[in-house]
Parts: sequence; structure tokens; C-alpha cells
Amino acid sequence: MNENKNKDKSTRRDFLTTVTATVGAVGVGAAVFPIINHMNPDSSVKALASIEVDISGVNEGQEITVLWRGKPVFIKRRTKEDILKAKETKMADLKDPQEDKARVIKEEWLVVIGVCTHLGCVPAGGQGDYSGWFCPCHGSHYDTSGRIRKGPAPTNLEVPKYEFVGSDKIKIG
Amino acid sequence: MSADNLEQKYKPVHTNKTGGSPFTGITGWIDNRLPVIRMFKHEYLDFQVPKSLSYFWSFGGILTICLILLIITGLSLGMHYKPDTKYAFDSVEKIMRDVNFGWLIRYAHVNLTSFFFIAVYLHIFRSLYYGSYKEPRQLMWLIGIVIFFLMMATAFLGYTLPWGQMSFWGATVITNLFSAIPFFGESVVTWLWGDYSVGDAALNRFYVLHWLIAFLIVGVVVFHVIALHIVGSNNPSGIEPKDTRDTVSFSPFTTSKDLVGMLVFLLIFVAVMMYAPNYLGHPDNYIPANPLVTPPHIVPEWYFLPFYAILRVIPDKLMGVIAMVGSIAVLGLLPWLDFSRVRSCVFRPIWKQCVFLFVLNFFVLMYIGAAPADGIYVVIGRIATAFYFAFFFILAPLVAATEKPLPMPESIHEFENWKKQGKIKTINIFSK
Repeated sequence: MNENKNKDKSTRRDFLTTVTATVGAVGVGAAVFPIINHMNPDSSVKALASIEVDISGVNEGQEITVLWRGKPVFIKRRTKEDILKAKETKMADLKDPQEDKARVIKEEWLVVIGVCTHLGCVPAGGQGDYSGWFCPCHGSHYDTSGRIRKGPAPTNLEVPKYEFVGSDKIKIG
Repeated sequence: MSADNLEQKYKPVHTNKTGGSPFTGITGWIDNRLPVIRMFKHEYLDFQVPKSLSYFWSFGGILTICLILLIITGLSLGMHYKPDTKYAFDSVEKIMRDVNFGWLIRYAHVNLTSFFFIAVYLHIFRSLYYGSYKEPRQLMWLIGIVIFFLMMATAFLGYTLPWGQMSFWGATVITNLFSAIPFFGESVVTWLWGDYSVGDAALNRFYVLHWLIAFLIVGVVVFHVIALHIVGSNNPSGIEPKDTRDTVSFSPFTTSKDLVGMLVFLLIFVAVMMYAPNYLGHPDNYIPANPLVTPPHIVPEWYFLPFYAILRVIPDKLMGVIAMVGSIAVLGLLPWLDFSRVRSCVFRPIWKQCVFLFVLNFFVLMYIGAAPADGIYVVIGRIATAFYFAFFFILAPLVAATEKPLPMPESIHEFENWKKQGKIKTINIFSK
């Protein structure tokens, strides 16, 4: 080892240190990833990720709640008044500005995940200062488009991925 | 180099350190090979403590007993409990109705948690009032705060296990606190749940973590005690012992006194457990968890209320979470924010009032945490939250800089004489 004639002064020991450290780091990474990742939802959980809902029995002004991925989803058939209110709201009044038309596929039907974006409680329908939803846990008010209007929640009620299958069925997920 | 020089150059080593035990016979034989017996003698029999310690100094021992009892009852409960959303609620009911003495073991475990927090709050108050967090006990104080965080985590995880309405919604709200983390919030929460909502995967891991953290507490408590045995106990005078007139042996003096404290504390605990076992809990937790219905009033256990109030009164999600965690973490800065060299409130007339106000404010926050989240309650809650932080960041340094301490005795035995002569007042309920 004393006879190092390389110009850049790197020795066999440097090489061994680098290789050992690299193999060690890869090994630690390979061991840690499964230990972290096993806690994520697995494929069988993800496979349950879509449901079909029959909405033929829902009258105007009514709201149904279905369970999707363990979370409630509100499907509301809005009245003309509800729609009008949602459309006329000025963007400047919104905490998380979003047009009503960006939140629905058909104006009459509002589909949102019924989980308050604050800390995950289920808001109660037809209540609150904006006649949408009101979360009893920490007092967030949502409007008829499920948008946050007042209270600690940072964002609007989330709109899940969904599509209309035929005239009276919705596929969520 | 000659052989002689070579031998002089090397220092002798002793990897074999057997011997030196003060004991003889079998005790000595063991102690020479495993020196725990002399350590015990040194730390628990010969250990000197200030003679002015009041019953406020019994809470360390009381907490140790509570922790041991919690682990024993927890072990028993674990033999009958099933961490599965389908069976969890029913298995707890089975423990209550069918398992021999199951009702007693579960009520003991549940109420011990409350009493553990009562003792911890009194223990923390003792440190605040008598300045136990000051030089040289800062690290011991910081370790204590770590224990407090771990206690809260274990208590929360344990509360989710019966899978009642409060378990479920408490778990939902608390795990959602992590969604306030910028950018990664949602992924972190999904990872914690192992699903897209609190469910079977979450319950199972909460059960495992409830066990793990309980034993982590035991480990950190050992550190807390090791630190204590280096820096020594503080005392009501806040003056360090100087000679034998100031101290007594830990055993039998402190041990016997602590035993009295433990007995009285456990008697009160047993009275509550037997006559009002559900008084400190929430009736909604006897309703099985339902992910579609949030109870109109989500209220955490009483010991979380002040911090929950701080979370709720702040209108921004991320700031609320930061303030809540910060309200506990800020305790760790106290040894540096309160830089007054006088430890005990006995000699600090202004700081003493501040500490009492802080306690009062703590109870106000506790009340607000259980009240509805609107109207006047939010206003009061915000004032109380502002005072909570002002106590640390404004009052502590301000009082430390401006307050003129009362005249102090030179030593602990003089302090005791002053007390007898009525020259100074201490908190009476726990003194003697």
C-alpha cells in the first residue's frame, strides 16, 4: 500500500471504502423500502377502488351517501335554486376558487367525497350558512357546490373520479 | 528498540474488571460479575436527597407505579382483545362481560391512564413552580417532555382500540393532522392508514404501536432517572444541598414517604375506578364505530383538551397543527427563556403569580376544548392560546430580567428554620 504511484493519489483502500459504502447504502435502501412500503394500501385494497351506484330513485333536492374506499361519498341531486346559487358565487368570495362547472359533469348532480378537508369528519347535509354542508367537528361551512366558504378547512370537498354509465347509474372510481 | 523500552511504552489494560464489591458471599460473587447490586445500593440506599422534599416529589414514584400497573393490566387485556374491525368492539365487550375480572382489569387500565396524566400534570407543575427545569436539570426536563409526547401517542393509540365512535373519529381527526404537511400530506396519511380511510389495516398497526410505544416510555424513563441520579433532586427551596445537615438518605426516608404518597394516590384512583369508572370517559365510545356518521361533538379525552382547544381556535389548518405541537414543544425552551438564577417560586413573587395564571389558563383551555367550536368560545380560546404562548415567550424572559427575588437563606437547613419561624410560605397541601 505504501507504493501508491497513481497520480490522483487514490488508493486501493479508497476504492474499497467507496465500494463498501455503496453496497451498504444499496442494501440499507433495499431493506428499508419494503419495511416502509408494506404499510401502504396493497393491490387488493386498490382493486376495490370502483363502485357503481344506481341513482334513479333520487329526487330533486335529495342526497344519498354511499361508501367508497371506506369513505362516504355524497351524491346530491341539486335543485335549480342550489345550482343558481353555486353558479352566481363570485370567485373573489371563495377560499379555494373553483367554478361550479369545473366541479360537476351534469349540473343537476353533485358528487363529492363526504370528508371534511380539515380533519376528516363527515359534514352534515343541508346545514351551515351556505345551505350546503356543515362540519360539526371544527365548524367548516360548505356551499351547494361543496366549496369551502367559512371555517378552518383549507380546500373544497374533493370531487372523486366518476362517470355516468347510462342514464341512471354513476360509476365512482 | 530494545525489549525494555518496548515494555515501558505500552500501558497495561484491564478488560477484566471483576472485583471491588462491598458485599461478600453469594451477593458479592454475583456483584463482582454483574455489578447491579452495588449500583442499587449506591443509587437507592446511600443516595442522598434534600431533606426539604415535599409530597410534590412523590409523583415520580407514583408515575412509576402507574406505568408498571398499566403494563400489567395492558398485558392481561392483550390476551383477550382482537385488533380487527369486525371483532374489536365485541372483544372489548366480552372482556367487560365474560372474562374473569375483565371489567376490573379494563376499568383499571382506562382509569390508570387518566390518573397517569393527573400525576404527570402535577409533576410538571412541581417543576414549573420550583424551577426544576433550570441548570443543571435541563436535559432531564427535555427527556421528560419526550416522555410526555410518547405518553400522548400511546394514550391516543390505546383509545382507538375499542373501536367505538370516539375511537374511530378520534383516530380519523388525529391521523388527518398529518395531512397538514405540505405536498406529502395525503400520501403520508394514506401510508399511516394502509388504506384510503381509517380501517382494519390502521387498527391492527395501532395495536402494535400502542405496545411498542408503551415500552419505549419505559426505556426513556430509565434515561430520565439516570439523569436524575446525576443532577440530584431539586427541592422546595431551590437551593442545592451543601452538607449533611441538608440531606437525608433516599432509603428509608424518601422511600417511606413516597410509599405514603403512592398509597393515597392509588386509594383515590381505586375510589374513582370503583364508583365512577366511566366518569372520565365519553359515552359515545360505547357505540360501535360507524364511518358514515360523525358524532355531533367530537371530544378527545380530558387530558388532551387544552391542546385540542389550541388546534381548534386557530382558523388555518397547518398553523393550527403547528401551534398544537408547538404548545408542548415550547416547554423545552423554558430553561433558556426563564433565565432567572433563582429556581423556587417561594422567592419569586411575580413569577409565582405567572405560574398560577398559567395553571388557571390551562383549565380555561381545557374547558374550551370541550365546548362547541363557535361564538364566544372561539374568542376566549384565542385569548387563552395567546396567553399560553405569551407565558413562555414574553413573561418568562421579562420576569426573569426585571423581578427582584426575596431574600434567600444560605442553605436548606436554614430554609427549614425559616419555614418553622413562619418567615416563608410554601404550598401547604403537599408540604410536611
